[in-house]
Amino acid sequence: MPTSPSGQFVRVAEHDRQPIRLTIDGALLTVLQGDTLLTAMLIHGRRLRISEFGDGPRAGFCLMGACQDCWVDLDDGRRLRACSSLAVGGMVIDTGSS
Amino acid sequence: MSAARVLVVGAGPAGVRAAETLAASGLHTIVVDEAARAGGQIYRRPPDGFSRPPKALYGFEAAKAEALHDAFARLAGTIDYRPETLIWNVSRGVAHSHGEGVGQGQIPFDALVIASGAHDRVIPFPGWTKPGVFTLGGAQVALKYQGCAIGRRVLFCGTGPLLYLVAYQYARAGACVAGVLDSAPFGVTLRATGGLLAAGGAALAKGLFYRAALLARGIAVEQAALPLEALGRDDHVTGLRYRDAQGGAREIDCDGIATGYGLTPDTRLADLAGCGFAYDPLPRHWLPVTDGDGRATAAGVYLAGDGAAIAGADAAEASGALAAYAVIADRGGGVPMARVAALRHRLARARRFAAALDRAFPFPHEFAAAMADETILCRCEAISAGEFRAAAGVLGAVEMNRAKAFSRVGMGRCQGRVCAAAAAELLAARPPEFVPAHDGDGVLVSASLNLTLPDPGVLPEDGR
Repeated sequence: MPTSPSGQFVRVAEHDRQPIRLTIDGALLTVLQGDTLLTAMLIHGRRLRISEFGDGPRAGFCLMGACQDCWVDLDDGRRLRACSSLAVGGMVIDTGSS
Repeated sequence: MSAARVLVVGAGPAGVRAAETLAASGLHTIVVDEAARAGGQIYRRPPDGFSRPPKALYGFEAAKAEALHDAFARLAGTIDYRPETLIWNVSRGVAHSHGEGVGQGQIPFDALVIASGAHDRVIPFPGWTKPGVFTLGGAQVALKYQGCAIGRRVLFCGTGPLLYLVAYQYARAGACVAGVLDSAPFGVTLRATGGLLAAGGAALAKGLFYRAALLARGIAVEQAALPLEALGRDDHVTGLRYRDAQGGAREIDCDGIATGYGLTPDTRLADLAGCGFAYDPLPRHWLPVTDGDGRATAAGVYLAGDGAAIAGADAAEASGALAAYAVIADRGGGVPMARVAALRHRLARARRFAAALDRAFPFPHEFAAAMADETILCRCEAISAGEFRAAAGVLGAVEMNRAKAFSRVGMGRCQGRVCAAAAAELLAARPPEFVPAHDGDGVLVSASLNLTLPDPGVLPEDGR
């Protein structure tokens, strides 16, 4: 699967996995089974959320559950820590950028 | 003894070896871990469906990683293993848990082994909250756990062995490495080489290999270099401006930055469990006080691995087993003294090497303390270094907890895990006029008062 030119992350290995589809800011996007929500979002974009303290977009930081910078909102009302939650087909996420 | 319940928190190298030793002795062993699969950060395993072999994931450490994973797999059925579970509080003999899909729970225990590990120690610099800036450990997780690079052209800045290891792993995986900027002056690292050689020749050889492999690929490696600003638009890093060894400002183009200055032990659980702490000036860490085998000052609490003191994975395995033997001995069980002696020897050797690394790659605390006022110090709530200094100066906070109460730095979602190391350096370096003056106790100078007892004969009758 090609890497999105507008994404922050780049795949360098593990390309051979089952594709799944989720919706980010209204766009239906294809990612891979086993991607964390953080990976899925940053393969296609450069942000996970907007800082509620007015200093712009954020894309996570530690990727190991320490910094709490990567909590994202799902349209079903759940909030998930994107670095430690696997992406699941059908998820609908809003980064606050639309 | 078999009725006793031992709770092990963490399933990295320390937690796995502790659990293995405890289970073998017949103690009821419960292992709680935040991750879905055991291994910790260093031997973290990708999700199901990933296919890279251990050699590709763990390099020189592949055999150790596999041995640890196998050891834990063999414990299935003999321990109570709760993955994807967090311990969020400890009260007397009870741990409060929160598990993925199972919610809140309480885990009673007779002994607690804390193997909580560590995370990157970072120094905030202007622009560090922009998308594209990640920790060194985070950059490694992206590659190891997800098969991704954090950018198309990644710059590594920080210090310590992880700096060279992760940069090397990126280069080897085919990612573009824009450069490696080490804050440690070359002379400082060189002077420490003797200590590294004495304490661990093989580990030193690996470190030199990573550096040489980067240079052989034509990747620039600079010493005594410090980040000044992550450049770019609001959602996009385009470069790093930095100060080179000669003090000049220079720029490198990149769209991803990985940064970290050694590791910070995760001591929150030890703190909640009532353990005493002491300051270790070499790594500049407050560490839970332990005896050589991991006994904390709080009864029934034991510490192992990098959560006790940063010494790496080999030390973590040894200290995990040692802490388990301490539990067993304290509960009246027998321990194999020759094995305990061998483990103590391994741990001491690894700690000597860790100390030599602290000298080779010192935490640049003066750089942290000199942070510009406008730099965001707390990324949770976007609180600047200037606001924190005002709390320390004008409001008169002289220690971290008062500074936190006044400024909210350390009170956000991460609870200080990201900002506290740098914030402590800002507070420690505050100017003397903000250090409260010493209060006297009513004695101006020492003087001999020449008091003598009066002659009882001259006292009035009613004075007797």
